[in-house]
Amino acid sequence: MALLEVSNLDVRFALRQGDVKALRDVSFTLDRGERLGIVGESGAGKSVAAFTILNLIAKPGYIADGSIRFDGRELTTMKPRQLQQIRGNKVSMIFQDPMMTLNPVLTIGEQMIECLKAHRRIRRRDAREIALNKLHQVYIPSPERRLDQYPHELSGGMRQRIIIAIALLLDPDVIVADEPTTALDVTIQAEIMELLLELCEKHNVALILITHDLGVVSQVTQRMLVMYAGRVIEQGPTREIINDAEHPYTQGLINALPQMATPGQRLNQIPGSMPSLANTPPGCAFHPRCSFSVDANGERRRDCREVIPTFVRSGNCDVACHMVRELVERHSPEHDASDNGPSEKREAL
Amino acid sequence: MSKVRQQPQYPQESESAQAGDTLLQVRGLEKRFPLSGDFLEQLRFEGGKLKRRQAFVHAINGVDIDVKRGETLCVVGESGCGKSTVARMVMGLLHPTAGEIRYDDRRIDHLSARQLLPYRRRMQMIFQNPYASLNPRMSIQQTLEEPLRFHHPDWSRQQILDKIGEVMVSVGIDPEWGKRFGHEFSGGQRQRIAIARALAVEPEFIVADEPISALDVSIQAQVLNLLMDAQERHHLTYLFITHDLAVVEHFGTRVVVMYLGRVCEVAETRTLFDRPRHPYTQALMSAIPRLDDDGPAHIKLPGEVPTPVNLPSGCVFHGRCPHANDRCRHEIPQLIETQGSQVACHAIEEGRL
Repeated sequence: MALLEVSNLDVRFALRQGDVKALRDVSFTLDRGERLGIVGESGAGKSVAAFTILNLIAKPGYIADGSIRFDGRELTTMKPRQLQQIRGNKVSMIFQDPMMTLNPVLTIGEQMIECLKAHRRIRRRDAREIALNKLHQVYIPSPERRLDQYPHELSGGMRQRIIIAIALLLDPDVIVADEPTTALDVTIQAEIMELLLELCEKHNVALILITHDLGVVSQVTQRMLVMYAGRVIEQGPTREIINDAEHPYTQGLINALPQMATPGQRLNQIPGSMPSLANTPPGCAFHPRCSFSVDANGERRRDCREVIPTFVRSGNCDVACHMVRELVERHSPEHDASDNGPSEKREAL
Repeated sequence: MSKVRQQPQYPQESESAQAGDTLLQVRGLEKRFPLSGDFLEQLRFEGGKLKRRQAFVHAINGVDIDVKRGETLCVVGESGCGKSTVARMVMGLLHPTAGEIRYDDRRIDHLSARQLLPYRRRMQMIFQNPYASLNPRMSIQQTLEEPLRFHHPDWSRQQILDKIGEVMVSVGIDPEWGKRFGHEFSGGQRQRIAIARALAVEPEFIVADEPISALDVSIQAQVLNLLMDAQERHHLTYLFITHDLAVVEHFGTRVVVMYLGRVCEVAETRTLFDRPRHPYTQALMSAIPRLDDDGPAHIKLPGEVPTPVNLPSGCVFHGRCPHANDRCRHEIPQLIETQGSQVACHAIEEGRL
């Protein structure tokens, strides 16, 4: 059984203008020790997906439909007290900006001890011992001294190491990292990513890595989801998607990277920009920007305009695209397209 | 005194200007920012005596840069290396503490705001954050009109409107949108408007300070393409500040790598990416997350970037450099020419690396 199972999740934000659908029909699973990347541009819903897992969606946001099962237990209907035992204990989170996460008026030690005491009945001295041990694990030089320092006394890279140490404090099963290195320089980013990877492997912790950086995803994760306008549009093994993406948006995203073009030549850009979630086009949300949604006569294909694409299996990936479905079905006429929900497929794997 | 501003006298762009000439020359540039407040705050009682103590952030410590006409010179480095400070000093937004900036063979760093005016038309700047660089109270039309009215006070309303229409089309913004305000646009569109504003006065030199860092991947490609098209169409010269080496590899003619306010390596883009020489450049290159696994193994640098308040002696990189020796700790390395690159490193000069 998968450690985390998200199925058909719908998250909405009730605004004055009406509901904004931030997540639509999002399903994925995460196995113990697995590293999953969630990729997308800003506004694709990747952070909402991360927050929802921990039920951290604040009003006016709410879960309209779907389920999140962690270790067999349903999280969406759980009481806050019960949820507290999973949140932080079993699933911990790393945010983008370490300065926003750390409390500026408490020393590092106090914050770590506070976190331990909130979740366990533990003596202060023992808690300090655990904190020290975790700081050692994230290779912080002279950890004893750091425990008594305030966040502003540390550099950005050091702060993010502290955040990782705090995330590991209660020996979680899953770490959800939301753009953990976006605020950092490349050399520091590489160090933090390596550290995260090493710790996840050593302690068999599963990782959900949310990022817009395809390079990071390709180096760290085993499987990835690509999100667009609140929906998952492609998922599968990271290598396979990076090397041979099927969905036109994923292809476009990878081809738009400067390293994919000849130096000095124009980059392969995707025209237009992502629609706002309040105003997504009908049918496939990507169709106004998609060059494959145009038929031989130069008109937009009707199915792309009107029908929301469902997942189709292609190789080891699930792709939500009418064009890909057509290609797949043409090549395997006996292919049964009707029962292609992503969750069934994971179990078939 | 007449309040009517005279049409500024623009120095004629030299007729013989051709690609390859040095357009911008920076020599021995230094900039330090005082940390210790004003005069009274600097005074301290020490051993019964009143003493004045001053501390500085040494942001730029002797930088030489040449920008050739028609090229894209990329300046890369990590945050705090001084790349944006260099850009701001070139544009005259900050005054250098020491050193010279020459534009088209004329010294510009000591000019008054009024004397600088003609150069302001020839050099324009694009900023990182298009959310902050557009005035929220001005419509797009007003935003684009302002530089034109300022630099061309003699133009008729129709001339200005025509020009605005032309630049808006050239950056892919519908001229119908002129009445809208900045907040109504997405990040990519705002950056297009910022680029249109820079292009409106027909500059020859554009300083772009991280123009695509705040944008999404698919939008980055659009804006980079736009910058490249504009360069081709208007024969622009770019000084491009960025931390993104993938963009540099694609976009730059030559690259300057900076560390802690000094230049450690200058080379043609191809040369730099094929054969990074300086130990810091090598580490920087190895840290780029790549799509494929066959990139170079990540070179881990010990420690962190030191504070620019107390600069390390000798080579600023010596504390983190695996090849540092005693000379590196005491003597500041100068840029030396070696195999097509200019590198400031004793180890390379001595043949140790």
